[in-house]
Amino acid sequence: MAERYELRFSGAGGQGLITAGIILAEAASIIEGKNAVQSQSYGPEARGGASKSEVIISDAPIDYPKATVVDACLAMTQEAADKYANGIKEGGILLLDADFVHNAPEGNFTVYRLPITRMAKDDVGREIVANVVALGAVIGLTGVVSKDAGEQAVLRKVPAAFKDLNKKAYNLGYSKGKELAG
Amino acid sequence: MAKKVALLQGNEACAQGALYAGCKFFGGYPITPSTEVAEVLSVELPKVGGKFIQMEDEIGAMAAVIGASLTGAKSITATSGPGVSLKQELIGYACIAEVPCVIINVMRGGPSTGMPTGPGQSDVMQAMWGTHGDHAAIALVPASCQEIFTETVRAFNLAEKYRMPVQVLFDEIVGHMRERIEFPEPGELEVIDREAPSVSPEDYKPYDSTKGQVPPLAAFGSEYKYHVTGLNKADDGFPTTKASLVDAEERRQVNKVLDNVADIESNEEYLTEDADVIIWAYGSTSRSARYAVNELRKEGIKAGLFRPITLWPFPNKRTAELAVQAKAIVVPEMNLGQMVFEVERAAKGNCVVAHEGRVDGDPLNPGQIMAKVKEVL
Repeated sequence: MAERYELRFSGAGGQGLITAGIILAEAASIIEGKNAVQSQSYGPEARGGASKSEVIISDAPIDYPKATVVDACLAMTQEAADKYANGIKEGGILLLDADFVHNAPEGNFTVYRLPITRMAKDDVGREIVANVVALGAVIGLTGVVSKDAGEQAVLRKVPAAFKDLNKKAYNLGYSKGKELAG
Repeated sequence: MAKKVALLQGNEACAQGALYAGCKFFGGYPITPSTEVAEVLSVELPKVGGKFIQMEDEIGAMAAVIGASLTGAKSITATSGPGVSLKQELIGYACIAEVPCVIINVMRGGPSTGMPTGPGQSDVMQAMWGTHGDHAAIALVPASCQEIFTETVRAFNLAEKYRMPVQVLFDEIVGHMRERIEFPEPGELEVIDREAPSVSPEDYKPYDSTKGQVPPLAAFGSEYKYHVTGLNKADDGFPTTKASLVDAEERRQVNKVLDNVADIESNEEYLTEDADVIIWAYGSTSRSARYAVNELRKEGIKAGLFRPITLWPFPNKRTAELAVQAKAIVVPEMNLGQMVFEVERAAKGNCVVAHEGRVDGDPLNPGQIMAKVKEVL
Protein backbone atom coordinates (compact mmCIF):
# COMPACT_ATOMS: atom_id res chain seq x y z
CA MET A 1 0.00 0.00 0.00
CA ALA A 2 1.10 3.54 -0.77
CA GLU A 3 2.50 5.57 2.07
CA ARG A 4 -0.50 7.86 1.92
CA TYR A 5 -3.83 7.06 0.26
CA GLU A 6 -6.44 9.79 0.08
CA LEU A 7 -10.18 9.29 -0.37
CA ARG A 8 -12.97 11.82 -0.62
CA PHE A 9 -16.68 11.02 -0.29
CA SER A 10 -19.00 13.80 -1.44
CA GLY A 11 -22.71 14.24 -1.84
CA ALA A 12 -25.65 16.11 -0.39
CA GLY A 13 -25.78 16.81 3.34
CA GLY A 14 -27.81 14.07 5.04
CA GLN A 15 -26.85 11.33 2.56
CA GLY A 16 -24.51 9.74 5.09
CA LEU A 17 -21.22 10.39 3.35
CA ILE A 18 -19.57 11.53 6.56
CA THR A 19 -20.71 8.27 8.15
CA ALA A 20 -19.26 6.35 5.19
CA GLY A 21 -15.93 8.09 5.80
CA ILE A 22 -16.03 7.26 9.51
CA ILE A 23 -16.73 3.59 8.76
CA LEU A 24 -13.82 3.42 6.32
CA ALA A 25 -11.50 5.08 8.85
CA GLU A 26 -12.58 2.54 11.49
CA ALA A 27 -11.96 -0.32 9.08
CA ALA A 28 -8.46 0.95 8.37
CA SER A 29 -7.38 2.11 11.82
CA ILE A 30 -9.23 -0.04 14.34
CA ILE A 31 -9.68 -3.27 12.37
CA GLU A 32 -6.60 -3.30 10.13
CA GLY A 33 -4.33 -1.35 12.49
CA LYS A 34 -3.16 1.20 9.93
CA ASN A 35 -3.11 4.94 10.49
CA ALA A 36 -6.23 6.79 9.40
CA VAL A 37 -7.64 10.28 9.78
CA GLN A 38 -11.20 11.18 8.89
CA SER A 39 -12.27 14.77 8.50
CA GLN A 40 -15.17 16.61 6.98
CA SER A 41 -16.35 19.88 5.64
CA TYR A 42 -19.96 20.84 5.74
CA GLY A 43 -22.24 23.84 5.66
CA PRO A 44 -24.57 25.11 8.37
CA GLU A 45 -27.55 23.21 6.88
CA ALA A 46 -28.67 19.96 8.54
CA ARG A 47 -29.86 18.62 5.16
CA GLY A 48 -28.94 19.52 1.59
CA GLY A 49 -26.01 21.57 0.43
CA ALA A 50 -22.83 19.79 -0.59
CA SER A 51 -20.87 17.91 2.02
CA LYS A 52 -17.59 16.04 1.90
CA SER A 53 -15.75 13.64 4.10
CA GLU A 54 -12.09 12.82 3.62
CA VAL A 55 -10.17 9.80 4.81
CA ILE A 56 -6.39 9.58 4.71
CA ILE A 57 -4.97 6.08 5.20
CA SER A 58 -1.27 5.39 5.64
CA ASP A 59 1.19 2.89 7.02
CA ALA A 60 3.12 5.85 8.48
CA PRO A 61 1.81 8.47 10.93
CA ILE A 62 -0.35 11.05 9.18
CA ASP A 63 0.56 14.72 9.50
CA TYR A 64 -1.62 16.86 7.24
CA PRO A 65 -5.14 15.51 7.88
CA LYS A 66 -6.78 16.78 4.70
CA ALA A 67 -6.46 15.68 1.10
CA THR A 68 -3.55 16.94 -0.99
CA VAL A 69 -3.93 14.88 -4.19
CA VAL A 70 -6.94 12.58 -4.08
CA ASP A 71 -6.45 8.92 -5.00
CA ALA A 72 -10.14 8.07 -5.08
CA CYS A 73 -13.19 10.32 -5.06
CA LEU A 74 -16.91 9.59 -4.84
CA ALA A 75 -19.56 12.10 -5.94
CA MET A 76 -23.23 11.30 -5.34
CA THR A 77 -24.73 14.53 -6.73
CA GLN A 78 -23.95 16.97 -9.52
CA GLU A 79 -23.38 19.78 -7.00
CA ALA A 80 -20.89 17.62 -5.08
CA ALA A 81 -19.13 16.63 -8.32
CA ASP A 82 -18.84 20.27 -9.37
CA LYS A 83 -17.61 21.40 -5.96
CA TYR A 84 -15.49 18.51 -4.69
CA ALA A 85 -14.44 16.24 -7.57
CA ASN A 86 -11.19 18.10 -8.02
CA GLY A 87 -7.58 17.64 -7.07
CA ILE A 88 -7.78 14.01 -8.19
CA LYS A 89 -4.36 12.69 -9.02
CA GLU A 90 -3.27 11.43 -12.39
CA GLY A 91 -4.37 7.84 -12.73
CA GLY A 92 -6.77 8.29 -9.82
CA ILE A 93 -10.35 7.15 -9.54
CA LEU A 94 -13.65 9.04 -9.67
CA LEU A 95 -16.85 7.12 -8.91
CA LEU A 96 -20.15 8.80 -9.75
CA ASP A 97 -23.77 8.06 -9.03
CA ALA A 98 -24.78 7.53 -12.68
CA ASP A 99 -28.33 8.82 -12.17
CA PHE A 100 -27.43 12.08 -10.50
CA VAL A 101 -24.14 13.18 -12.03
CA HIS A 102 -24.46 13.80 -15.73
CA ASN A 103 -21.53 16.11 -16.29
CA ALA A 104 -18.36 14.45 -15.10
CA PRO A 105 -15.39 16.71 -14.44
CA GLU A 106 -12.53 16.18 -16.85
CA GLY A 107 -9.03 15.11 -15.94
CA ASN A 108 -6.40 12.41 -16.20
CA PHE A 109 -8.24 9.97 -14.01
CA THR A 110 -10.65 7.10 -14.64
CA VAL A 111 -14.35 7.81 -14.25
CA TYR A 112 -16.58 4.95 -13.13
CA ARG A 113 -20.36 5.06 -12.95
CA LEU A 114 -22.84 3.07 -10.88
CA PRO A 115 -26.51 3.85 -10.21
CA ILE A 116 -25.71 3.84 -6.48
CA THR A 117 -28.91 5.38 -5.14
CA ARG A 118 -31.08 3.26 -7.44
CA MET A 119 -29.22 0.09 -6.40
CA ALA A 120 -29.94 0.92 -2.76
CA LYS A 121 -33.60 1.57 -3.47
CA ASP A 122 -34.40 -1.24 -5.91
CA ASP A 123 -31.90 -4.00 -5.13
CA VAL A 124 -31.40 -3.56 -1.39
CA GLY A 125 -34.83 -2.12 -0.68
CA ARG A 126 -34.00 1.13 1.13
CA GLU A 127 -32.61 4.30 -0.41
CA ILE A 128 -31.18 5.26 2.98
CA VAL A 129 -28.37 2.69 2.62
CA ALA A 130 -27.01 4.32 -0.54
CA ASN A 131 -24.00 5.49 1.50
CA VAL A 132 -23.17 1.92 2.45
CA VAL A 133 -23.59 0.73 -1.16
CA ALA A 134 -21.22 3.54 -2.13
CA LEU A 135 -18.73 2.58 0.58
CA GLY A 136 -18.76 -1.04 -0.60
CA ALA A 137 -18.24 0.08 -4.19
CA VAL A 138 -15.28 2.32 -3.26
CA ILE A 139 -13.64 -0.49 -1.29
CA GLY A 140 -14.27 -2.97 -4.12
CA LEU A 141 -12.88 -0.54 -6.65
CA THR A 142 -9.79 0.53 -4.70
CA GLY A 143 -8.98 -2.37 -2.37
CA VAL A 144 -7.89 0.24 0.18
CA VAL A 145 -9.05 -2.06 2.98
CA SER A 146 -10.06 -5.71 2.79
CA LYS A 147 -13.65 -6.69 2.01
CA ASP A 148 -13.93 -8.25 5.43
CA ALA A 149 -12.58 -5.23 7.34
CA GLY A 150 -15.08 -3.00 5.56
CA GLU A 151 -17.96 -5.31 6.39
CA GLN A 152 -16.93 -5.60 10.04
CA ALA A 153 -16.73 -1.83 10.33
CA VAL A 154 -20.20 -1.41 8.79
CA LEU A 155 -21.70 -3.93 11.18
CA ARG A 156 -20.07 -2.30 14.21
CA LYS A 157 -21.69 0.98 13.28
CA VAL A 158 -25.32 0.00 12.67
CA PRO A 159 -28.06 -1.02 15.15
CA ALA A 160 -28.85 -4.76 15.36
CA ALA A 161 -32.15 -4.43 13.50
CA PHE A 162 -30.40 -3.00 10.44
CA LYS A 163 -27.40 -5.30 10.24
CA ASP A 164 -28.80 -7.52 7.46
CA LEU A 165 -29.91 -4.56 5.39
CA ASN A 166 -26.50 -2.91 5.63
CA LYS A 167 -24.63 -6.13 5.04
CA LYS A 168 -26.63 -6.62 1.84
CA ALA A 169 -25.96 -3.02 0.80
CA TYR A 170 -22.23 -3.31 1.50
CA ASN A 171 -21.83 -6.59 -0.35
CA LEU A 172 -23.79 -5.41 -3.38
CA GLY A 173 -21.66 -2.27 -3.58
CA TYR A 174 -18.46 -4.24 -3.08
CA SER A 175 -19.18 -6.76 -5.85
CA LYS A 176 -20.18 -4.03 -8.32
CA GLY A 177 -17.06 -2.06 -7.44
CA LYS A 178 -14.90 -5.12 -7.86
CA GLU A 179 -16.49 -5.77 -11.28
CA LEU A 180 -15.72 -2.22 -12.38
CA ALA A 181 -12.12 -2.60 -11.28
CA GLY A 182 -11.97 -5.64 -13.56
CA MET B 1 -4.07 -6.75 28.14
CA ALA B 2 -4.35 -4.67 25.01
CA LYS B 3 -5.33 -1.09 25.56
CA LYS B 4 -8.81 0.06 24.70
CA VAL B 5 -8.75 1.82 21.34
CA ALA B 6 -11.42 3.79 19.51
CA LEU B 7 -11.79 6.06 16.55
CA LEU B 8 -12.69 9.34 18.25
CA GLN B 9 -13.34 12.88 17.22
CA GLY B 10 -11.07 15.47 18.83
CA ASN B 11 -14.03 16.86 20.76
CA GLU B 12 -14.95 13.38 22.01
CA ALA B 13 -11.33 12.79 23.03
CA CYS B 14 -11.47 16.04 25.00
CA ALA B 15 -14.50 14.82 26.95
CA GLN B 16 -12.79 11.48 27.63
CA GLY B 17 -9.66 13.29 28.84
CA ALA B 18 -11.78 15.37 31.21
CA LEU B 19 -13.32 12.21 32.66
CA TYR B 20 -9.87 10.64 33.06
CA ALA B 21 -8.74 13.73 34.97
CA GLY B 22 -11.62 13.32 37.40
CA CYS B 23 -13.84 16.09 36.08
CA LYS B 24 -17.16 16.17 37.95
CA PHE B 25 -18.86 19.24 36.53
CA PHE B 26 -19.65 20.72 33.13
CA GLY B 27 -21.47 24.01 32.79
CA GLY B 28 -21.90 25.27 29.27
CA TYR B 29 -23.96 26.51 26.40
CA PRO B 30 -23.75 24.58 23.14
CA ILE B 31 -21.93 26.16 20.23
CA THR B 32 -20.47 24.79 17.00
CA PRO B 33 -17.76 23.53 16.62
CA SER B 34 -17.45 22.51 20.29
CA THR B 35 -20.83 20.92 20.97
CA GLU B 36 -19.65 17.28 20.97
CA VAL B 37 -17.62 17.96 24.14
CA ALA B 38 -20.87 18.83 25.92
CA GLU B 39 -22.78 15.97 24.27
CA VAL B 40 -20.39 13.31 25.54
CA LEU B 41 -20.12 14.81 29.02
CA SER B 42 -23.92 15.13 29.33
CA VAL B 43 -24.10 11.35 28.93
CA GLU B 44 -20.98 10.36 30.87
CA LEU B 45 -20.81 12.74 33.84
CA PRO B 46 -23.97 11.44 35.56
CA LYS B 47 -22.50 7.92 35.38
CA VAL B 48 -19.54 8.97 37.54
CA GLY B 49 -21.55 11.02 40.02
CA GLY B 50 -20.90 14.27 38.18
CA LYS B 51 -23.27 17.02 37.12
CA PHE B 52 -23.97 18.53 33.71
CA ILE B 53 -25.81 21.81 33.40
CA GLN B 54 -26.75 23.57 30.21
CA MET B 55 -26.98 27.16 31.40
CA GLU B 56 -28.97 30.06 29.96
CA ASP B 57 -25.89 31.46 28.23
CA GLU B 58 -22.09 31.37 28.19
CA ILE B 59 -21.76 33.89 31.02
CA GLY B 60 -23.95 31.84 33.32
CA ALA B 61 -22.03 28.75 32.27
CA MET B 62 -18.70 30.25 33.33
CA ALA B 63 -20.21 31.39 36.64
CA ALA B 64 -21.51 27.87 37.25
CA VAL B 65 -18.08 26.42 36.51
CA ILE B 66 -16.41 28.77 39.01
CA GLY B 67 -19.00 28.00 41.67
CA ALA B 68 -18.79 24.26 41.15
CA SER B 69 -15.01 24.30 41.27
CA LEU B 70 -14.98 26.27 44.53
CA THR B 71 -16.96 23.46 46.14
CA GLY B 72 -14.18 21.06 45.17
CA ALA B 73 -15.44 19.60 41.88
CA LYS B 74 -13.04 19.64 38.97
CA SER B 75 -14.95 21.75 36.45
CA ILE B 76 -14.91 22.42 32.74
CA THR B 77 -16.73 24.36 30.07
CA ALA B 78 -16.46 24.07 26.29
CA THR B 79 -17.23 26.76 23.78
CA SER B 80 -15.96 28.60 20.73
CA GLY B 81 -14.65 32.15 20.19
CA PRO B 82 -18.00 33.96 20.59
CA GLY B 83 -18.59 32.09 23.85
CA VAL B 84 -15.11 32.84 25.16
CA SER B 85 -15.74 36.55 24.50
CA LEU B 86 -18.80 36.37 26.73
CA LYS B 87 -16.91 34.49 29.44
CA GLN B 88 -14.05 36.98 29.68
CA GLU B 89 -15.30 38.91 32.71
CA LEU B 90 -15.65 35.70 34.68
CA ILE B 91 -12.34 34.31 33.45
CA GLY B 92 -10.81 37.37 35.09
CA TYR B 93 -12.81 36.57 38.22
CA ALA B 94 -11.37 33.04 38.23
CA CYS B 95 -7.89 34.57 37.85
CA ILE B 96 -8.14 36.93 40.81
CA ALA B 97 -10.17 34.62 43.04
CA GLU B 98 -7.77 31.82 42.02
CA VAL B 99 -10.34 29.21 41.09
CA PRO B 100 -9.12 26.16 39.13
CA CYS B 101 -11.13 25.47 35.97
CA VAL B 102 -10.67 24.35 32.39
CA ILE B 103 -12.04 26.26 29.40
CA ILE B 104 -12.11 24.50 26.05
CA ASN B 105 -12.15 26.79 23.01
CA VAL B 106 -12.71 24.98 19.72
CA MET B 107 -11.74 27.83 17.42
CA ARG B 108 -13.72 28.95 14.39
CA GLY B 109 -13.09 32.15 12.44
CA GLY B 110 -14.48 35.48 13.42
CA PRO B 111 -14.84 38.23 14.86
CA SER B 112 -18.35 37.92 16.27
CA THR B 113 -20.15 34.75 15.18
CA GLY B 114 -17.92 34.41 12.11
CA MET B 115 -18.10 31.10 10.28
CA PRO B 116 -19.35 28.48 12.76
CA THR B 117 -18.40 25.40 10.72
CA GLY B 118 -15.02 26.67 9.53
CA PRO B 119 -11.66 26.48 11.31
CA GLY B 120 -9.72 29.40 12.73
CA GLN B 121 -6.82 30.21 15.04
CA SER B 122 -7.73 33.78 15.75
CA ASP B 123 -8.41 33.44 19.50
CA VAL B 124 -4.81 32.84 20.53
CA MET B 125 -4.13 36.38 21.72
CA GLN B 126 -7.55 36.46 23.37
CA ALA B 127 -6.47 33.44 25.44
CA MET B 128 -3.73 35.61 26.95
CA TRP B 129 -5.19 39.09 26.94
CA GLY B 130 -8.94 38.59 26.58
CA THR B 131 -9.79 39.49 30.14
CA HIS B 132 -8.75 42.86 31.48
CA GLY B 133 -6.16 43.61 34.10
CA ASP B 134 -2.79 42.05 34.85
CA HIS B 135 -3.04 38.32 35.12
CA ALA B 136 -1.20 35.17 34.18
CA ALA B 137 -2.60 32.74 31.65
CA ILE B 138 -2.00 29.16 30.65
CA ALA B 139 -3.18 27.99 27.23
CA LEU B 140 -2.52 24.63 25.61
CA VAL B 141 -2.79 23.90 21.87
CA PRO B 142 -2.98 20.18 21.08
CA ALA B 143 -2.69 19.03 17.46
CA SER B 144 -4.10 15.49 17.40
CA CYS B 145 -6.99 13.57 18.92
CA GLN B 146 -4.67 11.63 21.24
CA GLU B 147 -2.99 14.84 22.30
CA ILE B 148 -6.34 16.51 22.96
CA PHE B 149 -6.97 13.70 25.45
CA THR B 150 -3.62 14.06 27.21
CA GLU B 151 -3.57 17.86 27.11
CA THR B 152 -7.07 18.04 28.59
CA VAL B 153 -5.76 15.94 31.48
CA ARG B 154 -2.75 18.25 31.75
CA ALA B 155 -5.02 21.30 31.67
CA PHE B 156 -6.85 20.01 34.75
CA ASN B 157 -3.53 19.25 36.42
CA LEU B 158 -2.19 22.75 35.80
CA ALA B 159 -5.49 24.35 36.85
CA GLU B 160 -5.48 22.41 40.11
CA LYS B 161 -1.75 22.87 40.79
CA TYR B 162 -1.65 26.61 40.08
CA ARG B 163 -5.23 27.38 41.17
CA MET B 164 -6.25 29.20 38.02
CA PRO B 165 -8.22 28.92 34.78
CA VAL B 166 -6.46 26.99 32.02
CA GLN B 167 -7.59 27.22 28.41
CA VAL B 168 -7.24 24.46 25.83
CA LEU B 169 -7.50 25.76 22.29
CA PHE B 170 -7.86 23.59 19.27
CA ASP B 171 -9.33 24.53 15.94
CA GLU B 172 -12.35 23.07 14.19
CA ILE B 173 -10.14 20.78 12.10
CA VAL B 174 -8.68 18.93 15.08
CA GLY B 175 -11.94 19.20 17.02
CA HIS B 176 -13.98 17.49 14.34
CA MET B 177 -11.51 15.07 12.78
CA ARG B 178 -11.33 11.46 13.88
CA GLU B 179 -8.23 9.44 14.72
CA ARG B 180 -7.51 6.32 16.66
CA ILE B 181 -7.12 6.93 20.37
CA GLU B 182 -5.45 4.62 22.83
CA PHE B 183 -7.08 5.11 26.20
CA PRO B 184 -4.41 5.42 28.90
CA GLU B 185 -4.89 3.03 31.83
CA PRO B 186 -5.85 4.56 35.17
CA GLY B 187 -2.63 5.71 36.82
CA GLU B 188 -0.72 5.87 33.53
CA LEU B 189 -1.08 9.65 33.26
CA GLU B 190 -0.46 11.87 36.24
CA VAL B 191 -3.63 13.30 37.76
CA ILE B 192 -3.16 16.21 40.16
CA ASP B 193 -5.73 17.32 42.73
CA ARG B 194 -5.63 20.73 44.37
CA GLU B 195 -3.83 20.98 47.70
CA ALA B 196 -6.20 20.90 50.66
CA PRO B 197 -5.59 23.14 53.69
CA SER B 198 -3.54 21.63 56.50
CA VAL B 199 -4.74 24.14 59.09
CA SER B 200 -7.96 24.05 61.09
CA PRO B 201 -11.03 25.85 59.73
CA GLU B 202 -10.55 28.65 62.31
CA ASP B 203 -7.01 29.35 61.10
CA TYR B 204 -7.71 29.01 57.37
CA LYS B 205 -7.01 31.93 55.05
CA PRO B 206 -7.72 31.33 51.37
CA TYR B 207 -4.90 33.58 50.13
CA ASP B 208 -2.25 32.96 52.77
CA SER B 209 0.98 33.50 50.82
CA THR B 210 3.06 32.15 53.71
CA LYS B 211 1.77 28.75 52.51
CA GLY B 212 3.55 29.26 49.19
CA GLN B 213 2.91 30.85 45.82
CA VAL B 214 -0.27 28.80 45.50
CA PRO B 215 -2.15 28.78 48.81
CA PRO B 216 -4.28 25.69 49.49
CA LEU B 217 -7.95 25.96 48.49
CA ALA B 218 -10.66 24.65 50.83
CA ALA B 219 -13.97 23.36 49.51
CA PHE B 220 -16.52 26.15 49.68
CA GLY B 221 -19.54 25.06 51.72
CA SER B 222 -17.44 22.84 53.97
CA GLU B 223 -16.49 23.72 57.56
CA TYR B 224 -13.87 26.01 56.06
CA LYS B 225 -15.68 29.32 55.73
CA TYR B 226 -14.15 32.10 53.67
CA HIS B 227 -14.95 35.05 51.47
CA VAL B 228 -14.59 35.11 47.68
CA THR B 229 -14.57 38.35 45.68
CA GLY B 230 -13.38 39.81 42.41
CA LEU B 231 -11.91 42.78 44.26
CA ASN B 232 -8.28 42.95 45.28
CA LYS B 233 -8.20 41.19 48.59
CA ALA B 234 -6.18 40.46 51.68
CA ASP B 235 -5.11 36.96 52.69
CA ASP B 236 -8.48 36.33 54.38
CA GLY B 237 -10.31 36.95 51.09
CA PHE B 238 -11.92 40.25 52.15
CA PRO B 239 -11.43 43.33 49.94
CA THR B 240 -8.53 45.65 50.60
CA THR B 241 -7.02 48.75 49.01
CA LYS B 242 -3.89 48.63 51.11
CA ALA B 243 -1.13 49.26 48.58
CA SER B 244 1.41 46.77 49.88
CA LEU B 245 -1.16 43.94 50.02
CA VAL B 246 -2.58 44.69 46.58
CA ASP B 247 0.87 44.85 45.04
CA ALA B 248 2.05 41.62 46.66
CA GLU B 249 -1.07 39.70 45.63
CA GLU B 250 -1.01 40.97 42.03
CA ARG B 251 2.62 39.98 41.68
CA ARG B 252 2.16 36.60 43.33
CA GLN B 253 -0.67 35.72 40.97
CA VAL B 254 1.39 36.54 37.89
CA ASN B 255 4.65 35.09 39.21
CA LYS B 256 3.12 31.74 40.16
CA VAL B 257 3.10 31.09 36.41
CA LEU B 258 6.22 32.99 35.29
CA ASP B 259 8.37 31.36 38.00
CA ASN B 260 7.22 27.91 36.92
CA VAL B 261 7.52 28.14 33.14
CA ALA B 262 9.77 25.07 33.07
CA ASP B 263 6.97 23.02 34.63
CA ILE B 264 4.25 24.43 32.38
CA GLU B 265 6.07 24.69 29.06
CA SER B 266 5.78 21.89 26.53
CA ASN B 267 7.14 21.95 22.98
CA GLU B 268 7.91 19.51 20.22
CA GLU B 269 10.66 19.90 17.65
CA TYR B 270 11.14 18.08 14.36
CA LEU B 271 14.37 18.32 12.36
CA THR B 272 15.36 21.62 13.96
CA GLU B 273 19.02 20.70 14.74
CA ASP B 274 20.43 21.80 11.39
CA ALA B 275 17.48 23.85 10.15
CA ASP B 276 18.01 27.04 8.17
CA VAL B 277 14.33 27.82 8.33
CA ILE B 278 12.05 27.09 11.25
CA ILE B 279 8.34 26.74 10.74
CA TRP B 280 6.81 27.86 14.03
CA ALA B 281 3.33 26.35 14.07
CA TYR B 282 0.68 25.09 16.47
CA GLY B 283 -2.59 23.15 16.35
CA SER B 284 -3.75 21.73 13.04
CA THR B 285 -1.45 24.11 11.18
CA SER B 286 1.55 22.33 12.71
CA ARG B 287 0.44 19.19 10.87
CA SER B 288 0.53 21.07 7.57
CA ALA B 289 3.92 22.40 8.62
CA ARG B 290 5.32 18.95 9.34
CA TYR B 291 4.19 17.79 5.90
CA ALA B 292 5.83 20.89 4.42
CA VAL B 293 9.09 20.20 6.30
CA ASN B 294 9.30 16.71 4.79
CA GLU B 295 8.60 18.01 1.29
CA LEU B 296 11.09 20.87 1.63
CA ARG B 297 13.79 18.48 2.86
CA LYS B 298 13.22 16.37 -0.29
CA GLU B 299 13.99 19.52 -2.27
CA GLY B 300 17.16 20.10 -0.29
CA ILE B 301 15.84 22.92 1.89
CA LYS B 302 16.81 22.47 5.53
CA ALA B 303 13.48 23.12 7.19
CA GLY B 304 12.47 22.24 10.74
CA LEU B 305 9.34 22.48 12.84
CA PHE B 306 8.95 24.10 16.24
CA ARG B 307 5.56 23.26 17.73
CA PRO B 308 4.45 24.80 21.01
CA ILE B 309 2.01 22.60 22.93
CA THR B 310 1.89 25.18 25.70
CA LEU B 311 1.20 28.44 23.86
CA TRP B 312 0.93 30.58 27.00
CA PRO B 313 3.21 31.22 28.79
CA PHE B 314 4.99 31.93 25.51
CA PRO B 315 8.07 29.76 24.75
CA ASN B 316 10.45 32.74 24.83
CA LYS B 317 13.69 30.95 25.50
CA ARG B 318 13.57 28.32 22.79
CA THR B 319 12.13 30.72 20.21
CA ALA B 320 15.02 33.11 20.91
CA GLU B 321 17.58 30.32 20.51
CA LEU B 322 16.08 29.19 17.22
CA ALA B 323 16.12 32.77 15.94
CA VAL B 324 19.90 32.85 16.48
CA GLN B 325 20.39 29.50 14.72
CA ALA B 326 18.07 29.94 11.74
CA LYS B 327 18.01 32.35 8.84
CA ALA B 328 14.25 32.66 9.04
CA ILE B 329 11.21 31.70 11.07
CA VAL B 330 7.93 31.30 9.22
CA VAL B 331 4.77 31.47 11.33
CA PRO B 332 1.71 30.03 9.56
CA GLU B 333 -1.55 30.72 11.39
CA MET B 334 -5.22 30.62 10.51
CA ASN B 335 -5.46 34.31 11.36
CA LEU B 336 -4.05 37.55 9.97
CA GLY B 337 -1.10 37.70 12.36
CA GLN B 338 -1.15 37.02 16.11
CA MET B 339 1.54 34.72 17.54
CA VAL B 340 3.92 36.03 14.88
CA PHE B 341 4.26 39.22 16.94
CA GLU B 342 5.40 37.25 19.97
CA VAL B 343 7.85 35.32 17.78
CA GLU B 344 9.22 38.62 16.43
CA ARG B 345 9.61 39.94 19.97
CA ALA B 346 11.48 36.81 21.07
CA ALA B 347 13.62 36.74 17.90
CA LYS B 348 15.02 40.21 18.72
CA GLY B 349 15.87 40.82 15.07
CA ASN B 350 18.24 37.87 14.90
CA CYS B 351 16.49 36.38 11.88
CA VAL B 352 13.74 37.11 9.39
CA VAL B 353 10.28 36.44 10.84
CA ALA B 354 7.48 36.04 8.31
CA HIS B 355 3.79 35.36 8.67
CA GLU B 356 1.56 33.24 6.44
CA GLY B 357 -2.11 33.65 7.21
CA ARG B 358 -5.37 32.17 6.06
CA VAL B 359 -8.89 33.16 7.11
CA ASP B 360 -11.20 31.85 4.37
CA GLY B 361 -12.41 28.77 6.23
CA ASP B 362 -10.10 26.41 4.35
CA PRO B 363 -7.15 24.79 6.12
CA LEU B 364 -3.74 26.38 5.78
CA ASN B 365 -2.21 23.74 3.53
CA PRO B 366 1.39 22.53 3.14
CA GLY B 367 1.79 24.10 -0.32
CA GLN B 368 1.05 27.53 1.09
CA ILE B 369 3.68 27.11 3.79
CA MET B 370 6.26 25.79 1.31
CA ALA B 371 5.72 28.78 -0.97
CA LYS B 372 6.28 31.15 1.95
CA VAL B 373 9.46 29.37 3.01
CA LYS B 374 10.87 29.67 -0.52
CA GLU B 375 9.90 33.32 -0.63
CA VAL B 376 11.82 34.24 2.53
CA LEU B 377 14.94 32.11 2.02
